[in-house]
Amino acid sequence: MKGLMGLINLYEDESAMGPLTGHRPLAALPYAGRYRLIDFTLSNLVNANVRTVGVLVRDKYRSLIDHLRSGKEWDLARKRDGLYILPPAHSSHEVLQGEVGNFMFNLDYIRASSEDYVIICGSRIICNLSIDQAFHYHLSVGADVTIIGSDWSDAARGLCLAVDDNGRVTSVNDSGEYLPSDLQPLGFYILSKSLMSELVQQCSSEFCSDIFVSGVIKNLLKLKVFVFRHIGYVAHIDSISSYYQHQMELLNPLVWQELFFRYGIIYTKVKDEAPAKYKEHAKVKNSLIANGCIVEGIVENSILSRSVIVEKGAVVRNSILAQNVRIRSEARLDQVLCDKDSVVSAGRCLNGSANCPFIVRKGAVL
Amino acid sequence: MRRKKVIAMILAGGQGTRLGRLTQNIAKPAVPFGGKYRIIDFTLSNCSNSGIDTVGILTQYKPFFLHSYVGIGSPWDLDRKDGGVFILPPYTHDAGGEWYKGTADAIFQNIEFIDGQDPVWIVILSGDHIYKMNYNRMLEYHEAKAADATLAVIEVPWEDTRRFGIMNTDASDRIIEFDEKPAKAKNNLASMGVYVFRWQYLKHYLIQDAKKHDSTHDFGRNILPDMIDNGKSVYAYRFKEYWRDVGTIQSFWEANMDLLTDRPELDLHDPSWRIYSVNPVRPPHYAGENSHISQSIISEGCQIFGQVTRCVVFPNVIVGEGAQVSDSILMPGVTVAPQARIQRAIVGPDSVVQQNAKIGGQGSITLIVDGTKIHSKGVTVG
Repeated sequence: MKGLMGLINLYEDESAMGPLTGHRPLAALPYAGRYRLIDFTLSNLVNANVRTVGVLVRDKYRSLIDHLRSGKEWDLARKRDGLYILPPAHSSHEVLQGEVGNFMFNLDYIRASSEDYVIICGSRIICNLSIDQAFHYHLSVGADVTIIGSDWSDAARGLCLAVDDNGRVTSVNDSGEYLPSDLQPLGFYILSKSLMSELVQQCSSEFCSDIFVSGVIKNLLKLKVFVFRHIGYVAHIDSISSYYQHQMELLNPLVWQELFFRYGIIYTKVKDEAPAKYKEHAKVKNSLIANGCIVEGIVENSILSRSVIVEKGAVVRNSILAQNVRIRSEARLDQVLCDKDSVVSAGRCLNGSANCPFIVRKGAVL
Repeated sequence: MRRKKVIAMILAGGQGTRLGRLTQNIAKPAVPFGGKYRIIDFTLSNCSNSGIDTVGILTQYKPFFLHSYVGIGSPWDLDRKDGGVFILPPYTHDAGGEWYKGTADAIFQNIEFIDGQDPVWIVILSGDHIYKMNYNRMLEYHEAKAADATLAVIEVPWEDTRRFGIMNTDASDRIIEFDEKPAKAKNNLASMGVYVFRWQYLKHYLIQDAKKHDSTHDFGRNILPDMIDNGKSVYAYRFKEYWRDVGTIQSFWEANMDLLTDRPELDLHDPSWRIYSVNPVRPPHYAGENSHISQSIISEGCQIFGQVTRCVVFPNVIVGEGAQVSDSILMPGVTVAPQARIQRAIVGPDSVVQQNAKIGGQGSITLIVDGTKIHSKGVTVG
């Protein structure tokens, strides 16, 4: 099998994430009780034996680098290849070209790696994906570009691809009326490294900002662009409500099983927390509880990340609590998102709604 | 290489015969404990948290799993350029080769290794005890007393004294007599199997002991009693926190149950003294709609649909709808089918308790070994 390298492009739209991405990139957003969004893409890559992964970061990346460090947790701390963080060039006198500028700046590194092919990915799509099947498909159909797509769903936004019977993309459908055969791209696409560098340079000289749209989609007539169809669970994280609602889907054991185990396990940074502790008066139903938690209150339909404490008499319903959150006694939460290290004081009552969960900011004490 | 001030040697070669079938395939230090750990994690984490970065692990009985578990020591932050973790099984040399004949002989046979590290002090530890201890405090005590040897001791209930090596001390805590498993104890200070020596001094004693044909080459039976009898200054360092030698099925079960109390003496949630372990990387566990979990610790990757009361549950355990498990330890990968009942049992890794099966009850703890299948009419192993 010819080599495939991964590039995770973190030039992603964070505009609908509100305070959650105020101090971190989308990729570092906590997810499912112990993960960060980027863990899913990284794990999908290493589970497909991708051994070289570059992460094109944009800004606010301290927490991301702290999370990734050497890449050891993904088995990417290697003498040869492994994980590379590719930061943008910062220049005081030059106008930088966003995503394309960063690809240009790091093109030497990308070219120097030994793999012939590259898969470009984002971090906002949460799924358990077989990238090796997609790569086999790419090679077997002789495509120039293979986009990984899934069936169109109402929840999806953005581009929609019309494909012919052979799986080749014929056009982009933006009519607002979709055919059952239409597919939505998942932000993963495979191409040869030489074609990628050609497209990057073309985008750069034409001052385009988006390689996928300006490089791939605009060249549908020139290039053989195919879609590899991923059949299975997919979550797009593009707003606070999707961030909240998709995590809630994990309370379905079938979704839990598929997302965390289907083609391989999802790796993340290990924190050596003790197993979760249920005290005598704990009442927990339909919830995900991470290690390090201590539960003495009532928890229903919720996700508790590592080291969350729910004190006696507190009631947590339909909520997602990030790492180190403390819910004091008699506090009541319904449809609340608590970011890291926040505290809800004794007796406080917080309510949100499914489309607009109440957000407790990182480190806040309410 | 920089000279090491202190190195630790962990005795991890024992079979732990009193744990019966729990150790039929693995050494006692590798037995799962506390919902995600292996027993040796406690000693290794103590070393790491005490800043001891050079640790030798002496293995002998069924060492394969233990060797692969310890690996290069990364989970305990012991993968070091200078120092780190060294696995030391018995080996052969010019004059043949021998098994480790006793705890002291195990150290004696590794004199060359220890000399290579050239430490000032050596801490001798046991790989099969459950406790959190800062060995630096003990080293400071050892220096302050200008002792030849220091032993960590703990007060045990008088009725348990015959299970331990009991230290009889004077008013300054100097040990005047070493009473190994006495029928009638004069004191209740038990040795914890944690010793500190100046290395050059211990080396001399080990060489002397190796020449004695009547010696069993054991620290507790020979080296330390000899030192005390010869009037050397051997001091007891009193340790007042939680410590357990989980030597029997009953004490192993009890120590696990100790973690379930409202405020356990052994706090595993203390971020300043974490117990490190090889983590399986599994998603948070799922507590189902009709689950009822109380006074229990549950690890990642579990799916609990039934009732779990006063249990220690390791990763990847499934407890089906309507199943009832109480006062039990479910080791990694155990499946409890719907409507099964488990009471006062230790269920070994990857065992399956099928629908409507019943195990355990009052009286002594029921032990189900690895990979057992239990159906409602009986047991099949395999």
